[in-house]
Amino acid sequence: MIIQILLSFFLLFAVSRVLLQLRSANLSVGEFLFWSILFLVALTGVLRPELTAYAAEILGIGRGADVVIYVSIALIFYLIFRLSIHLEETRHEISELVRKIALKEIEKERRK
Amino acid sequence: MKLLVVIPAFNEGEVISSVLTRIPKKISGISQISVLVVDDGSVDFTAKTARKAGALVVRHEINRGLGAALATGFRYAKKKKFEALVTLDADGQHDPKNISKLIKPILKKKVDVVIGSRMNQQGYMPISRKIVNWFSNLFTWALFGIWTSDSQSGFRLFNKRAIEVIQLRSERMEVSSEILKEIRRNSLKLQEVSIKSVYTVYSLRKGQQLSNATSVMWRLLLQKFS
Repeated sequence: MIIQILLSFFLLFAVSRVLLQLRSANLSVGEFLFWSILFLVALTGVLRPELTAYAAEILGIGRGADVVIYVSIALIFYLIFRLSIHLEETRHEISELVRKIALKEIEKERRK
Repeated sequence: MKLLVVIPAFNEGEVISSVLTRIPKKISGISQISVLVVDDGSVDFTAKTARKAGALVVRHEINRGLGAALATGFRYAKKKKFEALVTLDADGQHDPKNISKLIKPILKKKVDVVIGSRMNQQGYMPISRKIVNWFSNLFTWALFGIWTSDSQSGFRLFNKRAIEVIQLRSERMEVSSEILKEIRRNSLKLQEVSIKSVYTVYSLRKGQQLSNATSVMWRLLLQKFS
């Protein structure tokens, strides 16, 4: 089917981007494994859709497509949560830096 | 006892001078009073006005939020070995004369932290503020297991032990709830003292609003579960 071909090319492209990011040291080994496995599992599901139907049967869900949607939604929410944590940590680091600069400045002024 | 008055300020050039001039020069039991204005990236003349009024000013180059400004105040107090720290709002909502009311339980060595509660005051408090406060009290209790009548009061006094052990990670207004979390985490003794707040058109524009309540709750949830 056309959609299988298009999705397969897209997912192979995604895996190639993940490899490039690893080589540029923009991804840790853990992150590389996570994204590679995710895209390869997705590729498997696209090329062998009967596997999603098998998973649906085991999980007691109606259709393979429904399994894909439920898992995707859960994963997306988890990733948003993790991103929010990272964002808060980055905010905190910026504030710490601003604080250090501010306290250094007041010490300089006092010495003048 | 050396006391540091910490006033976080963001664009309070209009009123900061009147707040600073009302801070008592002498308080019974206190040998030295220093005033530190934490200018949180103001784009007006807050820092200049505060310096002119005789306060020490530490300036954040960019705005980081109330929590970050208070954390800077705590860091300064710890570094300079202050024995007590009082925080109050820069918008004129708090009467600095009440510092002597808050300091009494600390001087008697009964408690580690005193919060000035606006809830029992005789006088006007906008209904929207009462609603925000009540929900904040409930949320703080649900997340961190500590109940106060005014969890969001910016008028608080900390002794040396509290200054040493309290660690603030909040950036913005959720810091008020985080302070209570730290009080519980460090088993600090807490007392509330009634104070009267002054609400003006100016001060009502500032402070916690219903509109930012959801983002405050979200950040508190992240703190709890991260």
